[in-house]
Amino acid sequence: MTDIYLDNNATTKVDHAVVDVMIPYFLEQYGNPSSIHKFADGVAKGIKNARQQVQNLIGCEHDSEIIFTSCGTESNSTAILSAIKAQPNKKEIITTTVEHPAILSLCEALEKEGYTIHRMPVDKAGRLNLEAYKKLLSDQVAIVSVMWANNETGTLFPVVEMAELANAAGVMFHTDAVQAVGKIPMMLQDTKIDMLSLSGHKLHAPKGIGVLYLRRGTRYRPLLRGGHQERGRRAGTENTASIVGLGKACELALEHIEYENTHVKAMRDRLERGITEQIPHCFVTGDLYNRLPNTTDIAFEYIEGEAILMLLNKAGIAASSGSACTSGSLEPSHVMRAMDIPYTAAHGTIRFSFSRYNSMHEVDEVLKVMPGVVATLRKLSPYWEGDGPVASPEQAFKPTYA
Amino acid sequence: MWDYSDKVKEHFFNPKNAGAVVDANATGEVGSISCGDALRLTLKVEEETEVILEAGFQTFGCGSAIASSSVLTEIIKGMTLDEALKVTNQDIADHLEGLPPEKMHCSVMGREALQAAIANYRGEEWADDHAEGALVCKCFAIDAVMIEEMVWANKLRTVEDVTNFTKAGGGCASCHEDIEAILEKVLAEKGEKFDPEAAPVTKKPVVAEVKGPLTNLQRIKKIEEVLESLRPALMADGGDVELVEVIGNTAYVNMTGACSGCQMAAMTIAGIQQRLMEVMGEFIKVVPASEMKKLVNIEVA
Repeated sequence: MTDIYLDNNATTKVDHAVVDVMIPYFLEQYGNPSSIHKFADGVAKGIKNARQQVQNLIGCEHDSEIIFTSCGTESNSTAILSAIKAQPNKKEIITTTVEHPAILSLCEALEKEGYTIHRMPVDKAGRLNLEAYKKLLSDQVAIVSVMWANNETGTLFPVVEMAELANAAGVMFHTDAVQAVGKIPMMLQDTKIDMLSLSGHKLHAPKGIGVLYLRRGTRYRPLLRGGHQERGRRAGTENTASIVGLGKACELALEHIEYENTHVKAMRDRLERGITEQIPHCFVTGDLYNRLPNTTDIAFEYIEGEAILMLLNKAGIAASSGSACTSGSLEPSHVMRAMDIPYTAAHGTIRFSFSRYNSMHEVDEVLKVMPGVVATLRKLSPYWEGDGPVASPEQAFKPTYA
Repeated sequence: MWDYSDKVKEHFFNPKNAGAVVDANATGEVGSISCGDALRLTLKVEEETEVILEAGFQTFGCGSAIASSSVLTEIIKGMTLDEALKVTNQDIADHLEGLPPEKMHCSVMGREALQAAIANYRGEEWADDHAEGALVCKCFAIDAVMIEEMVWANKLRTVEDVTNFTKAGGGCASCHEDIEAILEKVLAEKGEKFDPEAAPVTKKPVVAEVKGPLTNLQRIKKIEEVLESLRPALMADGGDVELVEVIGNTAYVNMTGACSGCQMAAMTIAGIQQRLMEVMGEFIKVVPASEMKKLVNIEVA
């Protein structure tokens, strides 16, 4: 059996067609796009074309609103640091407790510099309270940064509506959309979103290329200065091959967006249903009725995620976990903690994330393997006895915690 | 994913002594908050001889927690309780052919479960003697709680102090920002302010500064002096260092005791080299004595 890759929210395989369009920019058109000779004369055209391909996917009004960066994290940092530099009198930032570390760590650092960070909590299904959000908006807020889709659960936040509210209050709005772009349709020109981050490697382009969408007219300060590239908004010689690759990947994503929301979703749903029907004491986390079509995050109670992943890996299946042990940190995933998932379940969460390269056949293979994996580990668990958890598990096993 | 040894994988995929021992007469239940891992160890102890006849484990945890539990039961079967009490977490890690630094606490959990089970058998109360915090220094596996305690206890003020007292930050140096954050926090609690430029409280071992180029004899004597000054720190960890040969400005040393075979040996050697260069004011290369063979071979050839 060939290996099954269900970790597409972590990163994706680069599409063959993407690799093909990139190669000439390594071997033939390797000139610096700023140069005036034949090694460079096709490069500017290639970049322009890529800019339009990105524009088409996210539906923005002008291609000059696309700034190529090195990754999603750079786009996120650029957006937030730009907002606070352009508005030095505003000392508050609104975000959520479940953002990617690219946002949370930056906010933590800004907090030390004296900024007030409002981290909006989520409910047990990972949803925000918009009434509370409205109350936070004020002329003291430099920027709101809220992810479009959560990387662990796939839960979608109402960013279009939130951007309207921010705009009405005169506050800039940024969304980290690295998980959402290419998976759900978007038309940015019809929204009040000021800035949006996307990352190439989440949609079958290579790693090391990202985009910051910057609505025309939004006040902006560059993170990197030093050259005229990207109209002076992001200095540094263009990563030409990757930019062209990202353009192609965006074109393909747009072509497949319906497939993503029908076929890919069907695979996800079949896996999810199969697992929850076959395996006792497991549940899907996040907002089941409002999430990405490709993601399911399932908590297996009384066992631990890294152990599950190791057994899956042995069976040739790649997924990921919100367990503390897979990251070397103290806590299970901050997303699981924010949703108030109990420790005994939060440590056993497994995320399966699909792409258009997966097949129904692979889903069936995973469904064959998964019950055995869970049963094997539960046999070792002090919370489990025979066919079910021990009676009142929290009482029956009360270890001394060091 | 983690770079687990084959031994860890073997014990994870085919755990030994899984499940509770039937009619066990000793039980230890401990958890490591840093991983959410928890372990129940059950033993059957022969009353006259206090020999552990059977051992079984039930573990809620990651791959290395399960492997640590499994190998622990194998180690202690057939031991007397007194012998078993001498089993350290390093022994558990050694039997597994090493654990990643982030995962060393899995072996600590094994040792604690064993102590708890023996205390349970003897009708004693087992109390944990240390709290565990977030791992800060990955080179030497030092956590935040340990660093905080040392900063409090020894009035440490700089990153260099922390490195001298705990080794944290003495390797790749990438945790220095985190150590500064801890210093800032603890010093603020004490009503002081962290000053990155402050002179370290810890006095450097007194070794006379050297002026001018050294003769080989002077160089060897100086190296011996510096090693002597570093020895207490190494011996505190059950290790030692011995100077074998000096050729030009290369010093060949033997890491002995706990230092020998320690995953951190290379890091320790780098630290020694750094200290030597600071004191002697010239470039010195410190190399494990095992490398000397290669040198001799080259010369013979």
